[in-house]
Amino acid sequence: MDARHLRLELALQLLQQAGALLPEAEPYSQEWVQGILDALCDLSSKDALTGLVNRRSFEMALAREVDRVARSGESALLLMLDIDHFKAVNDSYGHAAGDQVIRAVAEALNQVVRPMDTVARVGGEEFAIVLPKCGAGFGATVAERLRERVSELRIEVASGQTLAVTVSLGGAFAPEWVRSSSLLWMERADRQLYRAKAEGRNRTCLEMQVDSLVSAEEKGMLFAVTQQESE
Amino acid sequence: MTTTSDPAASPTPAASGVPLAAARPTARPGARAGARNLAVTSGKGGVGKTFVTANLAAALAQRGQKVLVLDADLGLANLDVVLNLHPKLTLHDVFTEKATLEQAILPAPGGFSVLLAGSGMVEYSRLTPEVRDKLLHIVEMVRPRFDWILFDTGAGISDVVLFSISMASDVLVVATPEPTSLTDAYATIKVLATQQDRREVGLLVNQANRVGEGKLICGQLQQVLQRFVSAKPGHSFKLELLGEVKNDLSVRQAVLKRQLVMEHYPGSDAAQAIKALAHKLLG
Repeated sequence: MDARHLRLELALQLLQQAGALLPEAEPYSQEWVQGILDALCDLSSKDALTGLVNRRSFEMALAREVDRVARSGESALLLMLDIDHFKAVNDSYGHAAGDQVIRAVAEALNQVVRPMDTVARVGGEEFAIVLPKCGAGFGATVAERLRERVSELRIEVASGQTLAVTVSLGGAFAPEWVRSSSLLWMERADRQLYRAKAEGRNRTCLEMQVDSLVSAEEKGMLFAVTQQESE
Repeated sequence: MTTTSDPAASPTPAASGVPLAAARPTARPGARAGARNLAVTSGKGGVGKTFVTANLAAALAQRGQKVLVLDADLGLANLDVVLNLHPKLTLHDVFTEKATLEQAILPAPGGFSVLLAGSGMVEYSRLTPEVRDKLLHIVEMVRPRFDWILFDTGAGISDVVLFSISMASDVLVVATPEPTSLTDAYATIKVLATQQDRREVGLLVNQANRVGEGKLICGQLQQVLQRFVSAKPGHSFKLELLGEVKNDLSVRQAVLKRQLVMEHYPGSDAAQAIKALAHKLLG
């Protein structure tokens, strides 16, 4: 195959625009084409604004982690976090300021976690972090450390003003059972994030254990008809 | 026995929302050609879980199926008691490499095979990576040789119980009309729906006092599940009533004599109910 027949103009343009380093090998050699493909893969797995892993790539990392946990039995923590009242930043200071806030938060998160952890931007002002080999005790500490680090940020925006933001975090530990999915894991962490928001924001909520408790309301409903029957 | 290192034999997480009572190749963790596997669980102990498992195995065997009952109640196994077996070799011996799987799989009355936990298993009642690995390996090894694997799980919702259920593609929850049994069955189903992505679970109401009580209880559980579990969109959950076993004399006699109703009281209501359950599972 002669690589010179490939239409690579758009690919090269994209890579140049993104500031990616082009391979040093002889142009159109097999090695060079491989380098271009690698650079494209790298580009398509990253978030353009923050340079963090993007949602697509994060979901792959999470699926790998579910698989690993199911086999090894090690613990892992998934954190979902969201910048509090982010809409207000955009509305009051403009979208450029909003982007700066997102970049600053992303950088802060990346500084707190270990190299083995994966920090991703999964939505507008939403981030997710998967922490392999992270047990219950360490999980709470690291979540709190992330929250504190963000709250200490003083972000200078273009208008010359300095902004401070907070984040809410929700987390769930990987299930140790064979039958689970990354989607389910994200939902569980999301529920905790929702709880953190509902409880007043700027806090962390972790799902600590299997929720097997049956509330009084559930019991009441469970026995409503059977009791009527026996009366 | 070595720990599993063959990637093809390792399970991959899978979630399926396929109907329970229909014969089909199932999508399940590590699915390959081989047995359908059903976990029988209950939440509360003493509701007849092992009784149902053993008689269901006999009913499936009568339908020409090759069935293995795996005593997954590692902490407090009593399948041997129900079947009046005095095993020399158990799962414990396989774990400790004192016996091969072939040696430990024993014929049981009723025409099925059993792999008993044995009393030495207490040390394995905690779910360590080693225990998980060994159990998974054993299940992978026996799967190609049977049509059905029934997991007789322990009582409660401990991690061992949840893990053994997670190895099965289908789940049958056994409950009695007693309030404590219903509450524990509900808690179990809720955990399975929210933590294991189960969309469908089968229910068998044991020790029913009258005809139709199973239907009533199933409807009641379904209603509460509807409200507290499937309230979120896309979270449909279905509890399917697969049987109702009335509390009749034959059951009490069979249990006391440590016999199977399927063998010794084949004409009893209980045997008919278990037969109907097997029929539903076979589709």
